[in-house]
Amino acid sequence: MPNKHERSVLVQMETPNLIPERDLGQIPVLEAKHLGIDFGGLTAVDDFNIAMGKTEISGLIGPNGAGKTTIFNLLTNVYKPTRGTILVDGYDTAGMSMVQVNKMGIARTFQNIRLFDKMSVVDNILVGFGNQMGTSLATDLLRLPAHWRREREFRDRAMDLLGIFDMQRFANTEAGNLPYGAQRRLEILRALATEPKVLLLDEPAAGMNPNETEELMENIQKIRDEFQIAILLIEHDMGLVMGICEVVGVLDYGRIIAKGTPDQIQNDPQVIEAYLGKQEVI
Amino acid sequence: MANEKSTNVAGARPEGATATRARRTLSTPARYVINTILVVAFLVIGDLMVSGGAISRYQGFVLQQVGIYIIMAVSLNIATGYLGQLPLGHAGFMSIGGYSCAIFIIRVSEAIGVTSQDFINGTPVCGLLFVVGVVFGGLCAALSGLVIGIPALRLKGDYLAIITLGFAEIIRVVMLNIDTVVGFELTGGAKGLIGIPPYTSFLNVFAVVAISLFLIHTMMKSRHGRAILAIRDNEIAAEATGVNTTYYKTFAFVVSAFFAGVAGALYAGCIGVMAPARFGFMKSIEILVMVVLGGMGSMLGSVVSATVLTILPEALRAFADYRMIAYAVVLILTMIFRPQGLMGRYDFSLGNVIEHLMNGELPWARKKADKEADANA
Amino acid sequence: MTFLTQVLNGLQLGSIYALVALGYTMVYGIILLLNFAHGDIIMVGAYISWVAMASLGLHPAIAVVLSIGGCALLGVLIDKVAYAPLRNAPRLSILITAIGVSYFLENGAQLVFGADAKVVPAFVDAPNIVVGDAHVSVIAVITIVVTAVSTAVLTFLVQRTKLGRAMRAVSEDMGAARLMGINVNTTISFTFAVGSALAGIGAILYSMAYAQATPTMGIMLGTKAFVAAVLGGIGSIPGAVIGGLLVGFAEVLVSAIGLSVWKDAVVFALLIIVLIVRPTGILGRTMNEKV
Repeated sequence: MPNKHERSVLVQMETPNLIPERDLGQIPVLEAKHLGIDFGGLTAVDDFNIAMGKTEISGLIGPNGAGKTTIFNLLTNVYKPTRGTILVDGYDTAGMSMVQVNKMGIARTFQNIRLFDKMSVVDNILVGFGNQMGTSLATDLLRLPAHWRREREFRDRAMDLLGIFDMQRFANTEAGNLPYGAQRRLEILRALATEPKVLLLDEPAAGMNPNETEELMENIQKIRDEFQIAILLIEHDMGLVMGICEVVGVLDYGRIIAKGTPDQIQNDPQVIEAYLGKQEVI
Repeated sequence: MANEKSTNVAGARPEGATATRARRTLSTPARYVINTILVVAFLVIGDLMVSGGAISRYQGFVLQQVGIYIIMAVSLNIATGYLGQLPLGHAGFMSIGGYSCAIFIIRVSEAIGVTSQDFINGTPVCGLLFVVGVVFGGLCAALSGLVIGIPALRLKGDYLAIITLGFAEIIRVVMLNIDTVVGFELTGGAKGLIGIPPYTSFLNVFAVVAISLFLIHTMMKSRHGRAILAIRDNEIAAEATGVNTTYYKTFAFVVSAFFAGVAGALYAGCIGVMAPARFGFMKSIEILVMVVLGGMGSMLGSVVSATVLTILPEALRAFADYRMIAYAVVLILTMIFRPQGLMGRYDFSLGNVIEHLMNGELPWARKKADKEADANA
Repeated sequence: MTFLTQVLNGLQLGSIYALVALGYTMVYGIILLLNFAHGDIIMVGAYISWVAMASLGLHPAIAVVLSIGGCALLGVLIDKVAYAPLRNAPRLSILITAIGVSYFLENGAQLVFGADAKVVPAFVDAPNIVVGDAHVSVIAVITIVVTAVSTAVLTFLVQRTKLGRAMRAVSEDMGAARLMGINVNTTISFTFAVGSALAGIGAILYSMAYAQATPTMGIMLGTKAFVAAVLGGIGSIPGAVIGGLLVGFAEVLVSAIGLSVWKDAVVFALLIIVLIVRPTGILGRTMNEKV
């Protein structure tokens, strides 16, 4: 296990209004301090700070190319940060592999969907369950009773997960053949199967129609309530962001230019000028 | 990190998943019993036909080779079809398995005074020697697979192809020249390793084939196999989903090498001579053709095309000159017109077939039902 | 054998590898394909020379032109027939096709010419020059000079001409290049033509040095040249030259200390070591997958 750095407790003073009251007094489940990365000479992200409560839903918005996905890649150790630290539940994740970060409790989806296209829907989720199944190679090769027990148990759990989005009937469909929206939803379920503490959703509503988006909003809240996890999402759909996020950060040119509740963000002149003003989203 | 919270999440159990309609199913034990009976029947009947003379010595020899190439193709399929990599040194692992098993059996039988005739008669000691020798051959190949896999798998596609090709060449050169280094006769150099006892038979070759197919099948239909397939489909997503990609890539590669070594061990006993020249680049390509033609990722495809491509050239000796060029054309045409191979990723399950028959679902009827299901979806 | 002779041998062999490696690098740079058939194009070039001089009794100069032209044409043809239909297919499919083409050429040659080696007549009548106690092979000098000139011409072509710019653009981003009005298919054909013409030159230099053609001569030559291209950093012209010379010198060195039977193993061991230490090769640049 990595060194336990600072077990700083969230306090109301530092970041008023930003942490939901129910999460106060606990260690932040995800914390980034002065995070930054340079590509060549170009600074893609600079001085990014976040502290998330255990059951918080936050949003990250900003124009294309502002560095939102780069932040996800930093938080999941796809990229190595040039500056700053990331703490998951108080543990520094520096130098960890993507797998270790996932085991620490961070799961994610991808902007350009990355499913296991040629595997069935249920198998996609079972891959996520892989580490929890924990059956030994011998058990699986020789088909010992433990193999069947674990397979059945996790297959049932996978079906339960599919139930969240009403997708049981697709269980044996090849993931690559799913409709677009269902692919996005499956990615969320696959991430959930790894039992994360923080779920990072990269444009979960992209390509969905208003009805689907409405449903997705409900389901994101449902997931948070049932699993008691924190969710950080990147989204261009302002209805979704303003509707379910408790905290919203606005990113422009790799820097957070504003942070606050949806109300504060919508009325922040800097945001309106830098972002909303240009795009006429709301 | 056992976490019990998820057992009761997400509300109700899905209704549609398990019981759309009352369907007759075949229980798992029943499936296993049926398959075991069929395999045993195949082995016994085959063995009786060989000993009774219904299968000639020559035909028996060809059949053993069919078995050997089935293992070769299925094992390469692990790395190519399941893991999605293209190693071009599969013959190298075969040669390591063959040499190590043959040398082991030659040396040990000399030491304990077992003769070739004992192997033909099939004494218990010989049976034990066979099992230990074949496993030893597989392990030696697996070890070399580990040595080359660790650096090779850090690289992608073409680099992996060339590094494995290079490794197989290194193995060939080592087998050719190792005797001068160690100072005594180990591999026999260019003239080859001779005096290998005939330790294979129809029965033990196909018993090994059955065990290999079973183990590869159970591996793929488990969390380990799913991890391997996930890496093939999307390596970055696999890693983000908690699949230790380095471990599983190496693992798949080593398993692939292990079974190639097992096939090599059988090959040495079947042919009776080992020579480095037999395990060049061409041999690796021949096996690749089997996998590609059968359908990358389909075990049945590998089995069928290995069988056909082993028997066909024997049956059509007159066309031997054109065989290689035909392989080349088949390879190119398959890639252009049917890249998924003859079988695609279809995997045969006798249990499923029986289940469909029990429900009166015939293949053509099933297709119609599928179409309706698609239309509804 | 003196030191000078050995150095010349290394330079000569390295130059041939470098020329062949340039072909690999160019094709890889533009369509990210390890063109397995590249080594076999050299083999075909050597057979063309043999047919032209030994069977038809043509002048060596004509044989040279025919070999280079024939190789260039063959390269373009292979691309059009086998690779072009698979431009959007998975990498694995194209790679397997390339192996198929290589296999086809080898076995085709064996069918037409037989498995035995054909002796390619001498292109030039060149006795060795004796400098002090060293024998300097004129052929070695020719090989080195031809390679140097070819590399210079290729560098000029890629860096300074309109076609070269198009090639670099296609290799950066095929889609964007197409949008900018570059004819991608022509550019790829041109790349194959140039790379294969270099293989033709390599075939002649190889035949000068070893005077024989066999159906399987391309495998080892091609594979080692690919090793050279990877060592130097694939996609880089100076890298290919450095890699070629490195492989050439390594082989000559191993042979010089009396371990010539191990020379292939040493070259591949060198490759494995370099790829472990520096996977992008000596002058290569890293390419990251976009997440």
